[in-house]
Amino acid sequence: MGTIWFCLVAIMIAMYVLLDGFDLGAGAIHLFVAKTDEERRQVLASIGPVWDGNEVWLIAAGGTLYFAFPALYASGFSGFYLPLMIVLWLLILRGASIEFRNHIKSAVWDPLWDFLFCASSLLLAVFFGAALGNVVRGVPLDDSGYFFEPLWTNFRLGDETGILDWYTILVGVLALLALVMHGGLWVQMKTSGAVNLRAGRLAGRVWWVVVGLTAVVTAVTFRVQPQVMENFTTWPWGLIFPLLAVAGIAGVLFELRKGDERKAFLASCAYLAGMLTSVVFGVYPMVLPARNPVYSMTVTTAKAGAYGLRVGLVWWVLGMMLAAGYFIYVYRSFAGKVVVDKDSHGYGD
Amino acid sequence: MGQAVDVHRLHFAFTITFHYIFPQLTMGLALLLVYLKTKALRTGDEHYNRASRFWARIFGINFALGVVTGIPMEFQFGTNWAAFSKAAGGVIGQTLAMEGVFSFFLESSFLGLFLFGEKKLGRIGHWWAGFLVFLGSWLSGFFIVATDAWMQHPVGYRLGANGAIELSSFWDLLLNKWALWQYAHTMLGAVQTGCFVMAAVGAFYLLTERDEAYGRTFVRAGVIVGTIAALLQLFPTGDLQGKMVADHQPPTLAAMEGLFESQQGAPLAILGQPDVQKRRLDNPLEVPNMLSFLTYRQWRADVKGLSDFPQEEWPDQIPLLYYSYHVMVGLGTIFIAVMGLSALLLWRGKLYDSRWMLWMLMLSVPLPYIANTAGWMTAELGRQPWLIYGLMRTVHGISPRVVAGNAMFTLIGFMGLYTVLGILWLFLVYREIELGPEPGTRPLGEDAAVLAAD
Repeated sequence: MGTIWFCLVAIMIAMYVLLDGFDLGAGAIHLFVAKTDEERRQVLASIGPVWDGNEVWLIAAGGTLYFAFPALYASGFSGFYLPLMIVLWLLILRGASIEFRNHIKSAVWDPLWDFLFCASSLLLAVFFGAALGNVVRGVPLDDSGYFFEPLWTNFRLGDETGILDWYTILVGVLALLALVMHGGLWVQMKTSGAVNLRAGRLAGRVWWVVVGLTAVVTAVTFRVQPQVMENFTTWPWGLIFPLLAVAGIAGVLFELRKGDERKAFLASCAYLAGMLTSVVFGVYPMVLPARNPVYSMTVTTAKAGAYGLRVGLVWWVLGMMLAAGYFIYVYRSFAGKVVVDKDSHGYGD
Repeated sequence: MGQAVDVHRLHFAFTITFHYIFPQLTMGLALLLVYLKTKALRTGDEHYNRASRFWARIFGINFALGVVTGIPMEFQFGTNWAAFSKAAGGVIGQTLAMEGVFSFFLESSFLGLFLFGEKKLGRIGHWWAGFLVFLGSWLSGFFIVATDAWMQHPVGYRLGANGAIELSSFWDLLLNKWALWQYAHTMLGAVQTGCFVMAAVGAFYLLTERDEAYGRTFVRAGVIVGTIAALLQLFPTGDLQGKMVADHQPPTLAAMEGLFESQQGAPLAILGQPDVQKRRLDNPLEVPNMLSFLTYRQWRADVKGLSDFPQEEWPDQIPLLYYSYHVMVGLGTIFIAVMGLSALLLWRGKLYDSRWMLWMLMLSVPLPYIANTAGWMTAELGRQPWLIYGLMRTVHGISPRVVAGNAMFTLIGFMGLYTVLGILWLFLVYREIELGPEPGTRPLGEDAAVLAAD
């Protein structure tokens, strides 16, 4: 039962990364692909109706993690206290920027929100990457089942680790670039004109760096977290996950060259999904590896009571089917390129 | 304040109080939006569609702020209250996760359609989008109240290995009788906020002699729905909520009422200042026997005072709890008077010309916010010193590794950020009200500026 929930939470987190990933990415490139007010409104309109729903995946994944693995939620969230609070502040700033920007047109109003939107999206991508890096590297858990990590110590991978060290920063940078590519492909797909061209070109350029960094991070990860190698040797079928990532990233370039914007974005989704599932597969059965492996939190030690998990499965499946229905409906309703000259209700005047 | 537990409490109290400014309006407005959309559908009058578009813009601002200030609430269970989460996450995580899965997905998906897709969806489709936003936001309220109700009155659990509290009955958790009455009481509070805000904006338009057709619609909708909500708020929901406190949290009832000594025929204190040291109420203005009657329906019934309970069972903020409760009840009574009088004038066809009444409606707008906040303070301060009533003390629930200094750092951060957000919120909402519901009266280019990401 613990393993089932481990997979379900992983799926939800992957959904979050795929969906909110493109609007974070769109934010991160906002200032660079859109120069005029009309262009910037195009970028915002491309995520306007969906960013909020995308962010719900984070809340829903958090809630699911909470009830399925309470000990992990408690330990992880209190241990990552400072970076999580910074993430919250960034999420607040970002949401406010998207919401407030278009209320007033003024030379001091919208440039401010454009900047905050871009900066907060950028930093969030780095922080989420660094968080993933922290989990893979392991945290200073002890026999109490708790830990507290400062933001940084000496940037080395010793026993006194901070949230930021060279490894987690590396993962953070990869996350940012991968989402820049992902967001670029989304914006390209949803816009036309100059924004479309710039976003596509940016995604194509970043592609090379993403490929390079992916190789580097993968190589380093095998050294940082030995469990990964062990899992892939024990269960070689798990290689389908990294293969998915490779196919995805190759597909991005292939489809970009062919000019199929939609397929290029979908290939990028495959890349991100492949990367995340590889990580999750690599650390299983740990849910929170410790620097000292004795104290690592596993699926078995962190899970909630059996009855709650069984009941949860029933409503979770039901709820997710509904949610999938809404998402398909919403994305279909807003399919196609955005047009920016109509009022906020899509009603015209 | 140097104690970690105090900082963590203030951290949660501050962020939740600020957060709840927004959902109480959006939950209330969601109902009123359905009302306006229904009117539009049934009368075919474009007036109601314009009115609902105007309120949808205000809803949008508040909803976005509700979302961004809401995420920190879920996070804080883990970041600041780790010991509590570790012990009880298997139970309250259920309702919190269900909120995400069942209501947030629904709400956010259809809000996007409601705000951006009116033309695409058509008249009936757009009504449904509005209705589903309403359903999502009210479901969300239920899951949160069910979570809180479990902390007030834990049911459907058993103690598992190593002290973890495990769920033993899903339906007991969801259908906790505490949750049902608390939910009704909470939602009525939200409806009143929505009604007062709508009526106040309407009164503002009537008093300033602009957009008067809308002013009348808003005042009318706010007053009719608001009167019903104000009455139901007191009876039966408030009354039954009080009875549950009397049955399950007797020291809380005594502290709320400022009753230090047990009495037969206990009086109801209307005013007075609790002196906890001397165990008495200073300058009391009391209605004799009333508390006994309200609690047990008998004038001479025996009501237990605080002195009958060991002091370590007392809520630890008695004066604040006492005042919160009295502010809530006092304002609730005022709402019945204001709304009732307005309803009477409306019925007699005089409300739109009674400037003094419109003034009162307009100036009342902060009061429901205060009453809702005071109500939640009553519930949560009343639960003290327990985090889960009878099961876990608040002091045992905090994150063992997050020291006071770190919690203080982030508390100050939230205070700064929320001050800015609060100013922007007032500014933007006022601006929407100033721009008004008629797109034509807006300055040129204004419509174009609201597009895209609302």
